[in-house]
Amino acid sequence: MSALDSLTLTSIPPEDEALRAPVRAFLADAMKKVPAHIRAKSWAGYDTAFSRELGRRGWLGITLPKEYGGGGRSPFARYVLVEEFLNFGAPVGSHWIADRQSGPLILKYGTQAQKNFYLPPICRGESFFCIGMSEPNAGSDLASVKTRATQTAIGWTLNGQKIWTTNAQACEYMIALVRTSGDAQDRQKGLSQVIVDLSLPGVTVRPITDLSGDSFFCEVFFDNVLLASDALIGDEGKGWEQVTAELAFERSGPERLFSSIVLFDEWLAFIRTEAGRTPESVRLAGKIFSQLAPLRAMSVAVTEKLARGMSPIVEAALVKDLGTGVEQFIPSAIADDLFSRDVQNAPLELLQTLNYVTQVAPSYSLRGGTRDILRGMIARGLGLR
Amino acid sequence: MTHSMDDLFSDAVRQLLTAQCTPQVVRDIEAGQSAQPLWQRIEASGFADALVSEAQGGAGLSLSAIYGVLELCGSFCLPVPLAETMLARALLAQAGVTCPAGSMALGQAASGADGGLVCDVVRCGQVADWVLVSQGMNHEATSGSVCLLLPVSQAIKSPAGFCLDAKLVWPHGVVAAAQRFTGHHNIQTLQACIYAAQLAGAMQAVFNRTLQYANDRNQFGRPIGKFQAIQHQLAVISEHAFVARMAAQLGCRSSTFMPDRLCVAVAKARTSEAAVEVAALSHSIHGAIGFTQEFDLQLYTRRLHLWRQAGGSESYWYTVAGEALVEHHQGQTLDLIRGVTDSAI
Repeated sequence: MSALDSLTLTSIPPEDEALRAPVRAFLADAMKKVPAHIRAKSWAGYDTAFSRELGRRGWLGITLPKEYGGGGRSPFARYVLVEEFLNFGAPVGSHWIADRQSGPLILKYGTQAQKNFYLPPICRGESFFCIGMSEPNAGSDLASVKTRATQTAIGWTLNGQKIWTTNAQACEYMIALVRTSGDAQDRQKGLSQVIVDLSLPGVTVRPITDLSGDSFFCEVFFDNVLLASDALIGDEGKGWEQVTAELAFERSGPERLFSSIVLFDEWLAFIRTEAGRTPESVRLAGKIFSQLAPLRAMSVAVTEKLARGMSPIVEAALVKDLGTGVEQFIPSAIADDLFSRDVQNAPLELLQTLNYVTQVAPSYSLRGGTRDILRGMIARGLGLR
Repeated sequence: MTHSMDDLFSDAVRQLLTAQCTPQVVRDIEAGQSAQPLWQRIEASGFADALVSEAQGGAGLSLSAIYGVLELCGSFCLPVPLAETMLARALLAQAGVTCPAGSMALGQAASGADGGLVCDVVRCGQVADWVLVSQGMNHEATSGSVCLLLPVSQAIKSPAGFCLDAKLVWPHGVVAAAQRFTGHHNIQTLQACIYAAQLAGAMQAVFNRTLQYANDRNQFGRPIGKFQAIQHQLAVISEHAFVARMAAQLGCRSSTFMPDRLCVAVAKARTSEAAVEVAALSHSIHGAIGFTQEFDLQLYTRRLHLWRQAGGSESYWYTVAGEALVEHHQGQTLDLIRGVTDSAI
């Protein structure tokens, strides 16, 4: 059975679906005064107070064991929560990485002491993480990272630079992929993951302004940063395998279908009015809908594999490449619809939302692996490489 | 999950079609040879009664349980209307109409001269024994429409685009003598459900063949599948085949033999959209050999275009889905998506 016919229709179990009503009631109230062009920031929007409130309500770290303050639930429970957060455009950026992958990574590879130390504050929304992967000369070619952790008598000394690190300016910790032995020619060998406390001396974080004027990503410099020996997470030299396993979590979730959903819903509200409705817009609405629905079914089916402890990397890559395609199609098609009309009568809020999403849409197929990298992974999965 | 039972059923159909529905058989029937020997083998297997209730002598399976069979009708380019017959027999049984032996196509009829009936395009009309005809357009299927079971042998037959399709005209006398009942189904919804699944099956077959070809064909001293440009095209084909299969499964998501119209809209729109891309990319990778009659690729890619049209192209179904979303739904799109995709209903 190939990856292509390995996914079958799956339902979200009722006990997880039951989470939807309470989280929706909370979000309907919490988000009611936030305009669409702000909600459109989706998981790039930050609000640490909001994250803490989610933590208080038990909605962070929901897949982590209860002994660490988590919810002890399955990936489906998180799927329901995240789907609701994204569709309301809730500002989930602060805790996003910690909740999605750093927590599960620490649970899987961490020592007992690491789990005890890091996981409870993640579940409370008090400890935020970023991912230190890309470097100035290691983007798509991730195996060529040069940032190096050198072992000392008491721990590690870290030197180098990371870049495009989302939310580094507001995080407590980075999980960085670094070289602990060998050099660049050794490629995937000799790489390890370390947890870096970003408040340590020698760490410098500089936000980078993106084309929309926001500063969501940063460059991070390490100048002789002294790390304790327990900064290493997982096994030395196993960094590549650990990073690869994270990617299935990173690439198949609802955030790969719903990045433009606030814009789509805002546009639908307009075309449901007499002034906004045209036969062409109804047809376009159906086209986008018929692209989103099967993708959601695929994304749920991948989650079922994750829930069974599998690592469906190729399926996740398929979902992400297709999903980001729809996410990018939405602003482009809506712009064409609105500006193909004789009368320009779209509401200002819709236009501002369209403007924002149009600007940030290129990032959808960059973050988490570019289109070409994903297609290369799929080709490898097909046995072509 | 009752997948094991469904899989057994699909495996049996696969075995039958592997033996009986070879590319040569498909070519012969397309060239005008009788489809009866192939149909008789299928009839003898009993698969055509899968959707008929057990009390009425069938297997009593649901549409979702036979999804695999519909997909196989596509991946084997089956040149007889098995899928249509399965649905037609279930409809007839439900209406209490005695079901004759033979294969059945589905048709939408308009009134002809002198009280006769005309179907401009009957899919598989050249090879079917019967046509289950619905009179007039019935989009909502609320009030019901008059359905008749008409024999192809008594129709005036003329060509209609694809070689297996036909325009059929029945004179008044035949129409007057036909069995009739009131149907609450929409013919186009049923057809779209079937052809979405067949498209998904054909796309998987095209994908597998194109992948194999890319591994076998050498140019510049290595298999063309080693070139990144070809690899990325194959990745895109796999994405389309993959999502089309999920969409087609949504179209068959039903615990009875009747599909849901919005689920079908999603299924047919998405598979039709994918079919065009998959056909174009597979021909691009195959080069000139794929353009020959002798090479099997054409059996599949001609059907990708045919089934994209059959039961309504993507834009027809975009409008159906769009009306459901814009006119009959308020609030978040997510909730309508969940209605289509959540398999527990």
